[in-house]
Amino acid sequence: QAAWCELPSRVLLVLTSQRGVQMYESDGSTMVFWHALDVPELPAAHSVFARGIAAAGGRFICVGTSSGAVLVFDVPPKGSNVTLSEVLEQHRDPITDIAAEQGQAPDGAGDLVTADDSGTLCLWSTGEEFTLLGKIPGSGCTCSSVALWNGIVAAGYGNGQIRLWEAGSGRIRAQVSAHARWIYALDLAPLTGKLLSGAEDSFVHVWQLSRNPDTADIEIRHCHAECVTDTQVCGARFCDPAGDSF
Amino acid sequence: RVDEWTDVDRKRVMNDIISAMFKKNFMEELFKPQDLYSKKALRTVYDRLAHTSIMRLNQASMDKLYDLMTMAFKYQVLLCPRPRDILLVTFNHLDAIKDFISDSPGILNQVDETFRQLIETYTCLSDGEFQLIRQTLLIFFQDMHIRVSIFLKDKVQNSNGRFVLPISGPVPWGTEVPGLIRIFNHKGVEVKRAEFTTAGNYVTPQREGSFELYGDRVLKLGTNMYSITRPVETHMSGSSKNLASQAKENIVPNPLAKEELNFLARLLGGLDIQKPAGGETGFRLNLFTTDEEEEHAAQTRPEELSYKVINIEATQEPGRRAELSRILGELEVAEPRPGSAEKGEDLLALMDGL
Repeated sequence: QAAWCELPSRVLLVLTSQRGVQMYESDGSTMVFWHALDVPELPAAHSVFARGIAAAGGRFICVGTSSGAVLVFDVPPKGSNVTLSEVLEQHRDPITDIAAEQGQAPDGAGDLVTADDSGTLCLWSTGEEFTLLGKIPGSGCTCSSVALWNGIVAAGYGNGQIRLWEAGSGRIRAQVSAHARWIYALDLAPLTGKLLSGAEDSFVHVWQLSRNPDTADIEIRHCHAECVTDTQVCGARFCDPAGDSF
Repeated sequence: RVDEWTDVDRKRVMNDIISAMFKKNFMEELFKPQDLYSKKALRTVYDRLAHTSIMRLNQASMDKLYDLMTMAFKYQVLLCPRPRDILLVTFNHLDAIKDFISDSPGILNQVDETFRQLIETYTCLSDGEFQLIRQTLLIFFQDMHIRVSIFLKDKVQNSNGRFVLPISGPVPWGTEVPGLIRIFNHKGVEVKRAEFTTAGNYVTPQREGSFELYGDRVLKLGTNMYSITRPVETHMSGSSKNLASQAKENIVPNPLAKEELNFLARLLGGLDIQKPAGGETGFRLNLFTTDEEEEHAAQTRPEELSYKVINIEATQEPGRRAELSRILGELEVAEPRPGSAEKGEDLLALMDGL
Protein backbone atom coordinates (compact mmCIF):
# COMPACT_ATOMS: atom_id res chain seq x y z
CA GLN A 1 0.00 0.00 0.00
CA ALA A 2 1.07 3.58 -0.47
CA ALA A 3 -0.37 6.68 1.15
CA TRP A 4 0.44 10.33 1.61
CA CYS A 5 0.44 11.27 5.29
CA GLU A 6 -0.20 14.96 5.74
CA LEU A 7 1.01 16.33 9.05
CA PRO A 8 1.06 20.05 9.89
CA SER A 9 4.84 20.24 9.53
CA ARG A 10 5.54 17.87 6.67
CA VAL A 11 4.11 15.36 4.20
CA LEU A 12 5.51 11.84 4.17
CA LEU A 13 4.95 9.03 1.69
CA VAL A 14 4.32 5.81 3.60
CA LEU A 15 4.61 2.35 2.04
CA THR A 16 3.58 -0.95 3.61
CA SER A 17 4.51 -4.44 2.50
CA GLN A 18 5.23 -7.95 3.74
CA ARG A 19 8.55 -6.69 5.09
CA GLY A 20 7.33 -3.72 7.06
CA VAL A 21 6.82 0.01 6.82
CA GLN A 22 8.84 2.59 4.92
CA MET A 23 8.50 6.38 5.12
CA TYR A 24 9.85 8.71 2.45
CA GLU A 25 10.11 12.47 2.02
CA SER A 26 7.27 13.68 -0.17
CA ASP A 27 9.55 14.16 -3.18
CA GLY A 28 10.74 10.57 -2.85
CA SER A 29 14.32 11.74 -2.44
CA THR A 30 15.18 10.03 0.82
CA MET A 31 13.87 7.27 2.98
CA VAL A 32 13.21 8.84 6.33
CA PHE A 33 12.40 5.74 8.34
CA TRP A 34 12.04 2.01 8.09
CA HIS A 35 10.35 -0.40 10.45
CA ALA A 36 10.82 -4.14 9.87
CA LEU A 37 8.10 -6.56 10.85
CA ASP A 38 9.09 -9.79 12.61
CA VAL A 39 9.17 -12.07 9.61
CA PRO A 40 9.48 -15.77 10.49
CA GLU A 41 12.42 -17.64 8.96
CA LEU A 42 10.30 -20.20 7.18
CA PRO A 43 6.89 -19.38 5.71
CA ALA A 44 4.15 -19.88 8.27
CA ALA A 45 0.49 -20.61 7.68
CA HIS A 46 -0.43 -16.96 8.03
CA SER A 47 1.04 -14.15 5.98
CA VAL A 48 2.85 -11.33 7.73
CA PHE A 49 2.34 -7.83 6.41
CA ALA A 50 1.60 -4.21 7.26
CA ARG A 51 -1.66 -2.74 5.98
CA GLY A 52 -3.66 0.39 6.79
CA ILE A 53 -2.03 3.82 6.92
CA ALA A 54 -3.22 7.11 8.41
CA ALA A 55 -1.80 10.35 9.76
CA ALA A 56 -3.45 11.26 13.05
CA GLY A 57 -3.42 13.72 15.90
CA GLY A 58 -1.17 16.19 14.12
CA ARG A 59 2.00 14.24 14.83
CA PHE A 60 1.42 10.51 14.49
CA ILE A 61 1.43 8.04 11.65
CA CYS A 62 -0.53 4.87 12.39
CA VAL A 63 0.10 1.63 10.50
CA GLY A 64 -1.82 -1.62 10.91
CA THR A 65 -0.38 -5.13 10.81
CA SER A 66 -1.52 -8.65 10.01
CA SER A 67 -1.43 -9.59 13.69
CA GLY A 68 -4.08 -6.98 14.45
CA ALA A 69 -1.63 -4.67 16.17
CA VAL A 70 -1.64 -0.98 15.21
CA LEU A 71 1.78 0.68 15.28
CA VAL A 72 1.78 4.34 16.31
CA PHE A 73 4.82 6.28 15.11
CA ASP A 74 5.70 9.70 16.53
CA VAL A 75 7.01 11.88 13.68
CA PRO A 76 9.21 14.92 14.39
CA PRO A 77 8.59 18.11 12.33
CA LYS A 78 11.90 17.55 10.53
CA GLY A 79 14.47 14.82 10.13
CA SER A 80 14.44 11.07 10.56
CA ASN A 81 14.01 10.66 14.28
CA VAL A 82 10.73 8.78 13.95
CA THR A 83 10.01 6.59 16.95
CA LEU A 84 7.53 3.85 17.68
CA SER A 85 5.43 5.53 20.33
CA GLU A 86 2.83 2.86 21.06
CA VAL A 87 1.44 -0.47 19.87
CA LEU A 88 -2.35 -0.71 20.08
CA GLU A 89 -3.55 -4.26 20.59
CA GLN A 90 -7.33 -4.32 20.48
CA HIS A 91 -7.86 -6.14 17.18
CA ARG A 92 -7.46 -9.91 16.91
CA ASP A 93 -7.64 -10.04 13.13
CA PRO A 94 -5.46 -8.47 10.43
CA ILE A 95 -5.97 -4.71 10.12
CA THR A 96 -7.53 -3.67 6.82
CA ASP A 97 -7.76 0.12 7.04
CA ILE A 98 -7.25 3.10 9.36
CA ALA A 99 -8.83 6.54 9.06
CA ALA A 100 -8.44 9.80 10.93
CA GLU A 101 -11.21 12.34 11.50
CA GLN A 102 -11.29 14.62 8.45
CA GLY A 103 -13.79 17.17 9.72
CA GLN A 104 -14.78 18.21 13.22
CA ALA A 105 -15.27 15.48 15.77
CA PRO A 106 -18.24 16.00 18.11
CA ASP A 107 -17.42 15.71 21.82
CA GLY A 108 -16.47 12.23 22.88
CA ALA A 109 -16.40 10.91 19.34
CA GLY A 110 -12.70 10.23 18.96
CA ASP A 111 -10.49 11.10 16.04
CA LEU A 112 -9.26 7.75 14.72
CA VAL A 113 -10.95 4.56 13.55
CA THR A 114 -9.23 1.21 12.86
CA ALA A 115 -10.84 -1.72 11.01
CA ASP A 116 -10.02 -5.40 10.59
CA ASP A 117 -10.78 -8.59 8.63
CA SER A 118 -13.59 -9.63 10.98
CA GLY A 119 -15.39 -6.31 10.49
CA THR A 120 -14.56 -5.06 13.98
CA LEU A 121 -14.11 -1.29 14.25
CA CYS A 122 -12.23 0.45 17.08
CA LEU A 123 -12.58 4.13 17.88
CA TRP A 124 -9.67 5.98 19.44
CA SER A 125 -8.72 9.32 20.86
CA THR A 126 -5.15 10.16 19.83
CA GLY A 127 -2.41 11.68 21.95
CA GLU A 128 0.69 10.83 23.98
CA GLU A 129 -1.27 7.76 24.87
CA PHE A 130 -4.08 6.60 22.65
CA THR A 131 -7.36 5.81 24.39
CA LEU A 132 -9.86 3.23 23.16
CA LEU A 133 -13.25 4.96 23.19
CA GLY A 134 -15.35 2.19 21.76
CA LYS A 135 -15.43 -1.05 19.81
CA ILE A 136 -18.02 -1.99 17.21
CA PRO A 137 -17.99 -5.79 16.87
CA GLY A 138 -17.88 -7.23 13.38
CA SER A 139 -20.54 -9.56 12.05
CA GLY A 140 -18.17 -11.84 10.17
CA CYS A 141 -17.86 -9.72 7.06
CA THR A 142 -14.52 -8.03 6.36
CA CYS A 143 -14.52 -4.26 6.64
CA SER A 144 -12.18 -3.45 3.79
CA SER A 145 -12.11 0.34 4.02
CA VAL A 146 -13.16 3.05 6.42
CA ALA A 147 -13.50 6.85 6.61
CA LEU A 148 -14.31 9.23 9.50
CA TRP A 149 -16.03 12.61 9.08
CA ASN A 150 -17.75 14.79 11.65
CA GLY A 151 -18.18 11.86 13.97
CA ILE A 152 -19.61 9.62 11.23
CA VAL A 153 -17.79 6.37 10.48
CA ALA A 154 -18.30 5.25 6.88
CA ALA A 155 -17.33 1.60 6.43
CA GLY A 156 -17.19 -0.47 3.24
CA TYR A 157 -17.52 -4.24 3.48
CA GLY A 158 -16.51 -7.32 1.49
CA ASN A 159 -20.18 -8.14 0.88
CA GLY A 160 -20.73 -4.85 -0.94
CA GLN A 161 -22.45 -3.01 1.92
CA ILE A 162 -21.68 0.48 3.13
CA ARG A 163 -22.59 1.15 6.75
CA LEU A 164 -22.58 4.45 8.60
CA TRP A 165 -21.94 4.39 12.33
CA GLU A 166 -22.22 7.11 14.94
CA ALA A 167 -18.64 7.37 16.28
CA GLY A 168 -19.70 8.60 19.72
CA SER A 169 -22.24 5.88 20.52
CA GLY A 170 -21.07 3.08 18.22
CA ARG A 171 -24.61 2.68 16.85
CA ILE A 172 -25.43 1.92 13.28
CA ARG A 173 -27.18 4.84 11.54
CA ALA A 174 -27.39 3.74 7.91
CA GLN A 175 -27.04 0.61 5.80
CA VAL A 176 -26.65 0.68 2.04
CA SER A 177 -26.71 -2.26 -0.39
CA ALA A 178 -24.18 -0.36 -2.41
CA HIS A 179 -22.25 -2.88 -4.51
CA ALA A 180 -22.63 -6.40 -5.87
CA ARG A 181 -19.07 -7.34 -4.98
CA TRP A 182 -16.22 -6.66 -2.54
CA ILE A 183 -15.76 -2.94 -1.83
CA TYR A 184 -12.07 -2.07 -2.17
CA ALA A 185 -12.01 1.66 -1.67
CA LEU A 186 -13.77 4.47 0.13
CA ASP A 187 -12.77 8.10 -0.02
CA LEU A 188 -14.28 11.14 1.57
CA ALA A 189 -14.28 14.81 0.49
CA PRO A 190 -14.04 16.73 3.78
CA LEU A 191 -15.38 20.07 2.52
CA THR A 192 -18.69 18.65 1.34
CA GLY A 193 -19.11 15.22 2.93
CA LYS A 194 -19.19 13.44 -0.40
CA LEU A 195 -18.28 9.76 -0.21
CA LEU A 196 -16.75 7.73 -3.03
CA SER A 197 -16.96 3.93 -3.16
CA GLY A 198 -15.24 1.58 -5.61
CA ALA A 199 -15.72 -2.19 -5.82
CA GLU A 200 -14.99 -5.34 -7.79
CA ASP A 201 -18.41 -5.09 -9.46
CA SER A 202 -16.91 -2.45 -11.82
CA PHE A 203 -18.91 0.35 -10.24
CA VAL A 204 -17.83 3.59 -8.61
CA HIS A 205 -20.56 5.42 -6.68
CA VAL A 206 -20.67 8.96 -5.33
CA TRP A 207 -22.79 9.50 -2.20
CA GLN A 208 -23.65 12.54 -0.10
CA LEU A 209 -23.39 12.27 3.68
CA SER A 210 -25.25 14.72 5.90
CA ARG A 211 -26.86 15.24 9.28
CA ASN A 212 -30.52 16.12 9.34
CA PRO A 213 -30.69 19.39 11.36
CA ASP A 214 -34.14 18.54 12.78
CA THR A 215 -33.80 14.89 13.69
CA ALA A 216 -29.98 14.74 14.01
CA ASP A 217 -30.21 11.58 11.92
CA ILE A 218 -27.24 10.73 9.74
CA GLU A 219 -28.29 10.50 6.13
CA ILE A 220 -26.77 9.22 2.93
CA ARG A 221 -28.03 9.94 -0.55
CA HIS A 222 -26.91 8.43 -3.86
CA CYS A 223 -25.56 11.03 -6.29
CA HIS A 224 -23.90 9.28 -9.17
CA ALA A 225 -22.88 5.87 -10.52
CA GLU A 226 -20.07 5.15 -12.95
CA CYS A 227 -19.38 1.75 -14.50
CA VAL A 228 -15.78 1.03 -15.49
CA THR A 229 -16.49 -1.72 -18.02
CA ASP A 230 -14.79 -5.07 -17.48
CA THR A 231 -12.65 -3.68 -14.67
CA GLN A 232 -12.60 -4.60 -11.00
CA VAL A 233 -12.09 -1.26 -9.30
CA CYS A 234 -9.34 -1.54 -6.70
CA GLY A 235 -8.79 2.08 -5.77
CA ALA A 236 -10.73 5.33 -5.91
CA ARG A 237 -9.89 8.84 -4.74
CA PHE A 238 -11.40 12.31 -5.00
CA CYS A 239 -9.02 14.71 -6.72
CA ASP A 240 -9.91 17.66 -4.51
CA PRO A 241 -11.28 18.24 -0.97
CA ALA A 242 -14.71 19.27 -2.26
CA GLY A 243 -15.13 16.10 -4.27
CA ASP A 244 -15.78 17.79 -7.60
CA SER A 245 -13.80 15.17 -9.49
CA PHE A 246 -12.44 11.68 -8.84
CA ARG B 1 -1.38 -38.06 -33.93
CA VAL B 2 -4.41 -37.80 -31.72
CA ASP B 3 -6.55 -39.93 -34.05
CA GLU B 4 -4.20 -42.93 -33.62
CA TRP B 5 -4.90 -43.04 -29.90
CA THR B 6 -7.22 -45.68 -28.55
CA ASP B 7 -9.54 -45.32 -25.58
CA VAL B 8 -7.13 -47.50 -23.64
CA ASP B 9 -4.35 -44.97 -24.31
CA ARG B 10 -6.52 -42.06 -23.26
CA LYS B 11 -7.48 -43.83 -20.06
CA ARG B 12 -3.85 -44.68 -19.38
CA VAL B 13 -2.69 -41.08 -19.79
CA MET B 14 -5.53 -39.74 -17.66
CA ASN B 15 -4.85 -42.24 -14.88
CA ASP B 16 -1.08 -41.70 -14.95
CA ILE B 17 -1.30 -37.92 -14.78
CA ILE B 18 -3.99 -37.83 -12.11
CA SER B 19 -2.19 -40.42 -10.07
CA ALA B 20 1.03 -38.39 -10.25
CA MET B 21 -0.72 -35.16 -9.30
CA PHE B 22 -2.41 -36.63 -6.23
CA LYS B 23 0.50 -38.71 -5.01
CA LYS B 24 0.82 -38.39 -1.26
CA ASN B 25 4.31 -36.89 -1.04
CA PHE B 26 3.66 -34.44 -3.86
CA MET B 27 0.51 -33.20 -2.14
CA GLU B 28 2.31 -33.00 1.20
CA GLU B 29 4.81 -30.61 -0.33
CA LEU B 30 2.06 -28.51 -1.87
CA PHE B 31 0.21 -28.18 1.42
CA LYS B 32 3.24 -26.79 3.23
CA PRO B 33 2.98 -23.02 3.79
CA GLN B 34 5.11 -21.41 1.12
CA ASP B 35 5.33 -18.51 -1.25
CA LEU B 36 3.84 -18.70 -4.73
CA TYR B 37 6.13 -20.35 -7.28
CA SER B 38 7.81 -18.12 -9.84
CA LYS B 39 6.50 -18.29 -13.41
CA LYS B 40 9.46 -20.42 -14.50
CA ALA B 41 9.03 -22.81 -11.62
CA LEU B 42 5.31 -23.26 -12.22
CA ARG B 43 5.84 -23.90 -15.91
CA THR B 44 8.48 -26.50 -15.08
CA VAL B 45 6.18 -28.35 -12.68
CA TYR B 46 3.46 -28.25 -15.31
CA ASP B 47 5.76 -29.66 -17.98
CA ARG B 48 6.75 -32.51 -15.70
CA LEU B 49 3.16 -33.34 -14.87
CA ALA B 50 2.15 -33.27 -18.53
CA HIS B 51 4.91 -35.78 -19.28
CA THR B 52 4.36 -38.27 -16.48
CA SER B 53 2.65 -40.63 -18.90
CA ILE B 54 3.25 -41.94 -22.41
CA MET B 55 2.02 -38.68 -23.94
CA ARG B 56 4.56 -36.26 -25.37
CA LEU B 57 4.14 -32.65 -26.41
CA ASN B 58 6.71 -30.63 -28.24
CA GLN B 59 7.56 -27.06 -27.31
CA ALA B 60 4.89 -25.33 -29.40
CA SER B 61 2.02 -27.51 -28.22
CA MET B 62 3.27 -27.35 -24.66
CA ASP B 63 3.36 -23.55 -24.81
CA LYS B 64 -0.16 -23.48 -26.18
CA LEU B 65 -1.46 -25.88 -23.53
CA TYR B 66 0.16 -23.83 -20.77
CA ASP B 67 -1.25 -20.57 -22.14
CA LEU B 68 -4.70 -22.16 -22.19
CA MET B 69 -4.35 -23.46 -18.65
CA THR B 70 -3.15 -20.14 -17.23
CA MET B 71 -5.85 -18.08 -18.92
CA ALA B 72 -8.58 -20.49 -17.81
CA PHE B 73 -7.26 -20.39 -14.26
CA LYS B 74 -7.04 -16.59 -14.35
CA TYR B 75 -10.63 -16.42 -15.59
CA GLN B 76 -11.87 -18.63 -12.78
CA VAL B 77 -10.03 -16.74 -10.03
CA LEU B 78 -11.02 -13.33 -11.40
CA LEU B 79 -14.69 -14.10 -11.72
CA CYS B 80 -15.22 -15.70 -8.31
CA PRO B 81 -18.20 -13.90 -6.81
CA ARG B 82 -16.86 -14.24 -3.26
CA PRO B 83 -13.22 -14.75 -2.35
CA ARG B 84 -14.05 -18.08 -0.70
CA ASP B 85 -15.56 -19.29 -3.96
CA ILE B 86 -12.02 -20.11 -5.13
CA LEU B 87 -12.42 -23.13 -2.87
CA LEU B 88 -15.69 -24.07 -4.60
CA VAL B 89 -13.90 -23.74 -7.95
CA THR B 90 -11.22 -26.11 -6.64
CA PHE B 91 -13.93 -28.54 -5.54
CA ASN B 92 -15.44 -28.37 -9.03
CA HIS B 93 -12.03 -29.31 -10.43
CA LEU B 94 -11.79 -32.26 -8.06
CA ASP B 95 -15.36 -33.42 -8.76
CA ALA B 96 -14.56 -33.52 -12.49
CA ILE B 97 -11.26 -35.32 -11.87
CA LYS B 98 -13.02 -37.92 -9.74
CA ASP B 99 -15.35 -38.51 -12.64
CA PHE B 100 -12.39 -39.22 -14.96
CA ILE B 101 -10.97 -41.91 -12.69
CA SER B 102 -14.22 -43.19 -11.23
CA ASP B 103 -13.27 -46.80 -12.00
CA SER B 104 -9.84 -46.67 -10.35
CA PRO B 105 -10.47 -46.94 -6.61
CA GLY B 106 -6.81 -46.48 -5.69
CA ILE B 107 -6.50 -43.10 -7.40
CA LEU B 108 -10.00 -42.14 -6.26
CA ASN B 109 -8.82 -42.63 -2.70
CA GLN B 110 -5.85 -40.34 -3.26
CA VAL B 111 -8.12 -37.63 -4.65
CA ASP B 112 -10.56 -37.96 -1.77
CA GLU B 113 -7.69 -37.71 0.68
CA THR B 114 -6.60 -34.43 -0.94
CA PHE B 115 -10.21 -33.28 -0.87
CA ARG B 116 -10.35 -33.90 2.87
CA GLN B 117 -7.10 -32.05 3.39
CA LEU B 118 -8.41 -29.06 1.45
CA ILE B 119 -11.58 -29.01 3.54
CA GLU B 120 -9.57 -29.23 6.75
CA THR B 121 -7.04 -26.56 5.75
CA TYR B 122 -9.22 -24.00 4.05
CA THR B 123 -12.86 -24.03 5.14
CA CYS B 124 -12.06 -22.20 8.38
CA LEU B 125 -10.28 -19.29 6.71
CA SER B 126 -11.93 -15.87 6.88
CA ASP B 127 -13.15 -13.87 3.87
CA GLY B 128 -10.19 -11.54 4.34
CA GLU B 129 -7.72 -14.43 4.19
CA PHE B 130 -9.35 -15.82 1.05
CA GLN B 131 -9.22 -12.38 -0.55
CA LEU B 132 -5.49 -12.19 0.23
CA ILE B 133 -4.97 -15.59 -1.44
CA ARG B 134 -7.02 -14.46 -4.42
CA GLN B 135 -5.15 -11.16 -4.74
CA THR B 136 -1.81 -12.98 -4.59
CA LEU B 137 -2.94 -15.30 -7.38
CA LEU B 138 -4.23 -12.38 -9.47
CA ILE B 139 -0.90 -10.57 -9.21
CA PHE B 140 0.71 -13.66 -10.74
CA PHE B 141 -1.62 -13.38 -13.74
CA GLN B 142 -1.67 -9.61 -13.89
CA ASP B 143 -0.17 -8.99 -17.33
CA MET B 144 -1.43 -12.09 -19.10
CA HIS B 145 -3.97 -11.29 -21.77
CA ILE B 146 -3.62 -14.19 -24.18
CA ARG B 147 -6.76 -14.62 -26.24
CA VAL B 148 -8.31 -18.07 -26.03
CA SER B 149 -10.59 -19.15 -28.85
CA ILE B 150 -13.20 -20.85 -26.69
CA PHE B 151 -13.44 -17.75 -24.46
CA LEU B 152 -13.72 -15.41 -27.43
CA LYS B 153 -16.46 -17.56 -28.96
CA ASP B 154 -18.42 -17.68 -25.71
CA LYS B 155 -18.01 -13.91 -25.33
CA VAL B 156 -16.35 -14.21 -21.93
CA GLN B 157 -13.20 -12.57 -23.27
CA ASN B 158 -12.82 -9.39 -25.35
CA SER B 159 -10.65 -9.13 -28.43
CA ASN B 160 -8.12 -7.16 -26.36
CA GLY B 161 -7.68 -10.19 -24.11
CA ARG B 162 -9.54 -8.72 -21.13
CA PHE B 163 -12.24 -10.83 -19.57
CA VAL B 164 -15.86 -9.70 -19.65
CA LEU B 165 -17.13 -8.84 -16.18
CA PRO B 166 -20.93 -9.16 -16.27
CA ILE B 167 -22.98 -6.60 -14.33
CA SER B 168 -26.01 -8.85 -14.15
CA GLY B 169 -26.91 -12.20 -12.69
CA PRO B 170 -27.02 -13.51 -9.14
CA VAL B 171 -25.13 -11.56 -6.49
CA PRO B 172 -22.69 -13.59 -4.37
CA TRP B 173 -24.09 -15.49 -1.41
CA GLY B 174 -24.15 -13.05 1.50
CA THR B 175 -24.49 -9.94 -0.66
CA GLU B 176 -27.70 -8.03 -1.21
CA VAL B 177 -28.90 -6.82 -4.59
CA PRO B 178 -27.66 -3.18 -4.77
CA GLY B 179 -30.23 -0.41 -4.52
CA LEU B 180 -31.50 -0.04 -0.97
CA ILE B 181 -30.61 2.68 1.56
CA ARG B 182 -31.88 2.26 5.13
CA ILE B 183 -31.64 5.05 7.72
CA PHE B 184 -31.82 4.36 11.48
CA ASN B 185 -32.40 6.82 14.32
CA HIS B 186 -30.26 6.99 17.46
CA LYS B 187 -32.38 4.25 19.03
CA GLY B 188 -31.62 1.86 16.16
CA VAL B 189 -35.13 2.03 14.70
CA GLU B 190 -35.40 2.20 10.92
CA VAL B 191 -36.96 5.54 10.04
CA LYS B 192 -36.47 5.90 6.32
CA ARG B 193 -35.90 3.86 3.17
CA ALA B 194 -34.70 5.05 -0.19
CA GLU B 195 -33.73 3.37 -3.42
CA PHE B 196 -31.21 4.09 -6.13
CA THR B 197 -30.81 2.48 -9.54
CA THR B 198 -27.79 1.59 -11.63
CA ALA B 199 -27.06 -0.01 -14.99
CA GLY B 200 -26.57 -3.34 -13.23
CA ASN B 201 -29.28 -6.00 -13.34
CA TYR B 202 -28.70 -8.29 -10.36
CA VAL B 203 -30.87 -10.95 -8.75
CA THR B 204 -30.84 -12.84 -5.44
CA PRO B 205 -28.99 -16.17 -5.52
CA GLN B 206 -30.99 -19.34 -4.88
CA ARG B 207 -28.65 -21.17 -2.53
CA GLU B 208 -25.08 -21.46 -1.38
CA GLY B 209 -22.68 -23.98 -2.88
CA SER B 210 -21.61 -26.94 -0.74
CA PHE B 211 -18.15 -27.11 0.86
CA GLU B 212 -18.55 -30.76 1.80
CA LEU B 213 -16.88 -33.77 0.19
CA TYR B 214 -20.04 -34.34 -1.85
CA GLY B 215 -22.57 -31.68 -2.77
CA ASP B 216 -23.92 -29.25 -5.34
CA ARG B 217 -21.31 -26.52 -5.77
CA VAL B 218 -23.91 -24.27 -7.50
CA LEU B 219 -21.05 -22.23 -9.01
CA LYS B 220 -20.24 -23.19 -12.63
CA LEU B 221 -16.69 -21.81 -12.60
CA GLY B 222 -14.19 -24.64 -12.63
CA THR B 223 -16.47 -27.19 -14.26
CA ASN B 224 -15.22 -28.96 -17.39
CA MET B 225 -14.87 -26.39 -20.21
CA TYR B 226 -14.67 -29.21 -22.72
CA SER B 227 -17.66 -31.30 -21.79
CA ILE B 228 -18.69 -30.63 -25.41
CA THR B 229 -15.81 -31.25 -27.81
CA ARG B 230 -14.37 -28.01 -29.11
CA PRO B 231 -11.18 -27.07 -30.95
CA VAL B 232 -8.35 -25.83 -28.74
CA GLU B 233 -6.82 -22.62 -29.93
CA THR B 234 -4.94 -19.71 -28.47
CA HIS B 235 -4.19 -16.56 -30.44
CA MET B 236 -0.70 -15.13 -30.25
CA SER B 237 -0.87 -12.29 -32.77
CA GLY B 238 -1.49 -8.81 -31.43
CA SER B 239 -0.90 -9.77 -27.82
CA SER B 240 2.89 -9.63 -27.93
CA LYS B 241 2.97 -5.91 -27.22
CA ASN B 242 1.34 -6.37 -23.83
CA LEU B 243 3.40 -9.41 -22.96
CA ALA B 244 6.77 -7.96 -23.92
CA SER B 245 7.13 -6.03 -20.67
CA GLN B 246 6.13 -9.08 -18.65
CA ALA B 247 8.60 -11.21 -20.62
CA LYS B 248 11.41 -8.76 -19.94
CA GLU B 249 10.75 -9.26 -16.25
CA ASN B 250 11.11 -13.02 -16.76
CA ILE B 251 14.44 -12.68 -18.57
CA VAL B 252 16.10 -10.72 -15.75
CA PRO B 253 18.17 -13.33 -13.90
CA ASN B 254 16.85 -14.21 -10.48
CA PRO B 255 19.58 -15.37 -8.09
CA LEU B 256 17.09 -17.48 -6.17
CA ALA B 257 15.79 -19.24 -9.25
CA LYS B 258 18.44 -21.96 -9.28
CA GLU B 259 17.88 -22.84 -5.62
CA GLU B 260 14.15 -22.77 -6.15
CA LEU B 261 14.36 -25.13 -9.09
CA ASN B 262 16.66 -27.47 -7.21
CA PHE B 263 14.08 -27.58 -4.46
CA LEU B 264 11.52 -28.43 -7.10
CA ALA B 265 13.74 -31.27 -8.25
CA ARG B 266 13.43 -32.74 -4.78
CA LEU B 267 9.70 -32.19 -4.89
CA LEU B 268 9.35 -33.83 -8.28
CA GLY B 269 11.89 -36.55 -7.57
CA GLY B 270 9.05 -38.76 -6.50
CA LEU B 271 7.30 -38.55 -9.87
CA ASP B 272 7.84 -41.63 -11.98
CA ILE B 273 8.40 -40.88 -15.62
CA GLN B 274 6.85 -43.50 -17.83
CA LYS B 275 9.19 -44.37 -20.66
CA PRO B 276 7.39 -45.77 -23.69
CA ALA B 277 8.32 -49.45 -24.07
CA GLY B 278 10.52 -50.96 -26.80
CA GLY B 279 12.12 -47.78 -28.07
CA GLU B 280 8.98 -46.38 -29.73
CA THR B 281 8.53 -42.64 -29.52
CA GLY B 282 5.23 -43.09 -27.68
CA PHE B 283 2.19 -40.90 -28.36
CA ARG B 284 2.60 -37.24 -29.14
CA LEU B 285 -0.08 -34.66 -28.54
CA ASN B 286 -0.28 -31.94 -31.14
CA LEU B 287 -2.57 -29.03 -30.30
CA PHE B 288 -2.40 -27.61 -33.80
CA THR B 289 -4.25 -28.87 -36.88
CA THR B 290 -1.18 -30.29 -38.64
CA ASP B 291 2.44 -31.08 -37.77
CA GLU B 292 3.51 -28.36 -40.19
CA GLU B 293 1.43 -25.82 -38.29
CA GLU B 294 2.99 -26.94 -35.03
CA GLU B 295 6.48 -26.57 -36.52
CA HIS B 296 5.60 -23.14 -37.86
CA ALA B 297 4.16 -22.02 -34.52
CA ALA B 298 7.33 -23.10 -32.74
CA GLN B 299 9.46 -21.08 -35.14
CA THR B 300 7.32 -17.97 -35.21
CA ARG B 301 6.49 -17.71 -31.51
CA PRO B 302 7.91 -14.35 -30.38
CA GLU B 303 11.14 -14.84 -28.44
CA GLU B 304 9.96 -12.74 -25.54
CA LEU B 305 7.05 -15.12 -24.92
CA SER B 306 9.06 -18.31 -24.49
CA TYR B 307 8.90 -19.76 -21.01
CA LYS B 308 12.56 -20.83 -20.93
CA VAL B 309 11.93 -24.14 -19.28
CA ILE B 310 14.90 -25.57 -17.46
CA ASN B 311 15.41 -29.33 -17.40
CA ILE B 312 15.74 -30.70 -13.92
CA GLU B 313 17.67 -33.84 -13.15
CA ALA B 314 15.35 -35.41 -10.63
CA THR B 315 17.46 -38.35 -9.52
CA GLN B 316 17.43 -40.20 -6.23
CA GLU B 317 21.22 -40.21 -5.74
CA PRO B 318 22.07 -39.76 -2.06
CA GLY B 319 24.91 -37.41 -2.94
CA ARG B 320 22.58 -35.14 -4.79
CA ARG B 321 20.08 -35.26 -1.91
CA ALA B 322 22.72 -33.97 0.48
CA GLU B 323 23.60 -31.19 -1.93
CA LEU B 324 19.94 -30.18 -2.18
CA SER B 325 19.55 -30.20 1.58
CA ARG B 326 22.59 -27.99 1.88
CA ILE B 327 21.18 -25.55 -0.68
CA LEU B 328 17.88 -25.56 1.17
CA GLY B 329 19.71 -24.82 4.39
CA GLU B 330 21.44 -21.91 2.73
CA LEU B 331 18.09 -20.49 1.76
CA GLU B 332 17.26 -19.66 5.35
CA VAL B 333 17.71 -15.93 5.83
CA ALA B 334 18.91 -14.60 9.18
CA GLU B 335 16.21 -12.59 10.93
CA PRO B 336 16.94 -8.86 10.65
CA ARG B 337 17.57 -7.19 14.00
CA PRO B 338 16.12 -3.73 14.65
CA GLY B 339 18.81 -1.15 15.23
CA SER B 340 20.84 1.58 13.69
CA ALA B 341 20.35 3.23 10.33
CA GLU B 342 23.19 1.07 9.00
CA LYS B 343 21.18 -2.07 9.60
CA GLY B 344 18.27 -0.40 7.87
CA GLU B 345 20.36 0.04 4.78
CA ASP B 346 21.34 -3.63 4.84
CA LEU B 347 17.70 -4.54 4.92
CA LEU B 348 17.00 -2.24 2.02
CA ALA B 349 19.79 -3.85 0.03
CA LEU B 350 18.34 -7.24 0.91
CA MET B 351 14.92 -6.11 -0.31
CA ASP B 352 16.43 -4.74 -3.50
CA GLY B 353 18.14 -8.04 -4.14
CA LEU B 354 14.93 -10.06 -3.99
